Amino acid sequence: MSLQNAIGHNGNGNGSNGAVAGTNSTGVVITSSAAPLPEGVHLPLYMDNHATTQLDPRVLEAMMPYLTGKFGNAASRNHQFGWEAEKAVETAREQIAKLIGATAKEIIFTSGATESDNLALKGVAEMYRERGRHIITQVTEHKAILDTCKKLEKQGFRVTYLPVQADGLIDLDDLRRAIVTEGPEKTILVSIMFANNEIGVIQPIAEIGKICHEKGVLFHSDAVQAVGKVPVDVQAMNIDLMSISAHKLYGPKGVGALFVRRRNPRVQITEQINGGGHERGMRSGTLNVPGIVGLGAACEICMNEMAGEAVREAELRDHLRAKLEGALDYVHVNGNMEHHLPGNLNMSFVYVEGESLLMGINDIAVSSGSACTSATLEPSYVLKALGLGDDVAHSSIRFGLGRFNARAEVDYVADKVIDVVKKLRELSPLYEMVKEGIDLTKIEWAAH
Amino acid sequence: MAYSDKVVDHYENPRNVGTMDKSSEAVGTGLVGAPECGDVMRLQIRVNPQTQVIEDAKFKTFGCGSAIASSSLATEWVKGRTINQALTISNTDIVKELALPPVKIHCSVLAEDAIRAAIGDWKKKNGVADEAGVEVAVAS
Repeated sequence: MSLQNAIGHNGNGNGSNGAVAGTNSTGVVITSSAAPLPEGVHLPLYMDNHATTQLDPRVLEAMMPYLTGKFGNAASRNHQFGWEAEKAVETAREQIAKLIGATAKEIIFTSGATESDNLALKGVAEMYRERGRHIITQVTEHKAILDTCKKLEKQGFRVTYLPVQADGLIDLDDLRRAIVTEGPEKTILVSIMFANNEIGVIQPIAEIGKICHEKGVLFHSDAVQAVGKVPVDVQAMNIDLMSISAHKLYGPKGVGALFVRRRNPRVQITEQINGGGHERGMRSGTLNVPGIVGLGAACEICMNEMAGEAVREAELRDHLRAKLEGALDYVHVNGNMEHHLPGNLNMSFVYVEGESLLMGINDIAVSSGSACTSATLEPSYVLKALGLGDDVAHSSIRFGLGRFNARAEVDYVADKVIDVVKKLRELSPLYEMVKEGIDLTKIEWAAH
Repeated sequence: MAYSDKVVDHYENPRNVGTMDKSSEAVGTGLVGAPECGDVMRLQIRVNPQTQVIEDAKFKTFGCGSAIASSSLATEWVKGRTINQALTISNTDIVKELALPPVKIHCSVLAEDAIRAAIGDWKKKNGVADEAGVEVAVAS
């Protein structure tokens, strides 16, 4: 732990120096109050662990030999360099399989979860095209799924996008009704994410798996946010294909995996990248040995520490929520909180626009549901799918707690957010109107 | 997104934040934008009926940093001008002054609309003919 902290803080410290200089150059002084920072708080402060996570120093340590002396190609069969690389890859395969209840042969390495999602959907669609042309997914999936589905639609597949309920979970009856079991429009694949990257809700995966297997439909899950954070068991949950990313679980970027079930049923996918027949023909290309070693090490650490870490993060998350709700009115939590990732908190600070809030807490890395920073100016499609109005979606912040967040940081973030929300509400005509008892929905707003 | 120093300055130290009595004859109120668009600006002016000089201006804005800065700047610029002078302020002036990126131009447009709406409201209250009408949000 001390090693982690030392390296972690060193990393943060370096970042901090650079960022403070950068901050000063833009003249932002709101964060640099004279008061000394509480112990355990280093700026900039990272609390955006759904976007990516800091590489665990233990993972780096495991990777290091494969970035230096052990540089062999895992496909080199005739010398020691190749053998040791291959051995490391197979160890990683075991580590990953163990974490998710799979066997090593069911793990296919990819460049990351976007590739895994593409390979799963396109690979199944192409392989089972003759069996049926219908795919089911849901509206709050990651774009790696949604954009791939759109492409498949152009190729003649029919895709059903299930809605979500106000708490972010799909209705299993909707799923049952959507599955087509006869004819050319037969459903071949259901793809439902394990846990949502914005609102943190965990779908009823075991029930979905059961329904799919009863109806003879393959089940893919994008489990990027869940693996290593909450228990995932592809056997118990009847998952046939599952996408994993290393950098979401304190591993390196640029490496991921796709679980492809080998029995009951044996799932086949058509490869999407050709050239050499690596990964049993499903994904050609020289293996990213250091990355794969990192993914394996990251999975093993999660395996050993997940239970305790989940409790710790959930406690911090609840503490953050309680502080914010205690100090501010007109705040609410988005997404079902019972079926929820331990480190996720998505909150709306109504009558405050999210981007302006982020600007006020610019020494803290979190995400906003407001897309004022994007070219489209559209707020989060995930929050909108819950039925939130655009105004509330614009007011939402995603806090992503992770392994390296300490309680002191949570307190710092809560205090800072409370301070800035109060300041911005002083500026907000909407807050003033609501306080005066004006019903904002009765106003004829001049659209622009 | 990197904000210009001026946007940051207005965000950190917004000028003329506040509320005037909107029922007062001397006060013109412009409420523009919509919550679902992520921007609502309310700009209020107090006009001297004899000189038609804007003697005071206040704003409140729900919106991003650029929207806050645009409206804060608008209050600074209208103060001390006659209503006709104030009507010559255009969104491009605001874009230039605050160095707004293309994606934030709508903030400046909204600020211009707010000025026009506030002046329009004052004119209506005071029986001054208004050529250029701007849609104004009305509390019903």
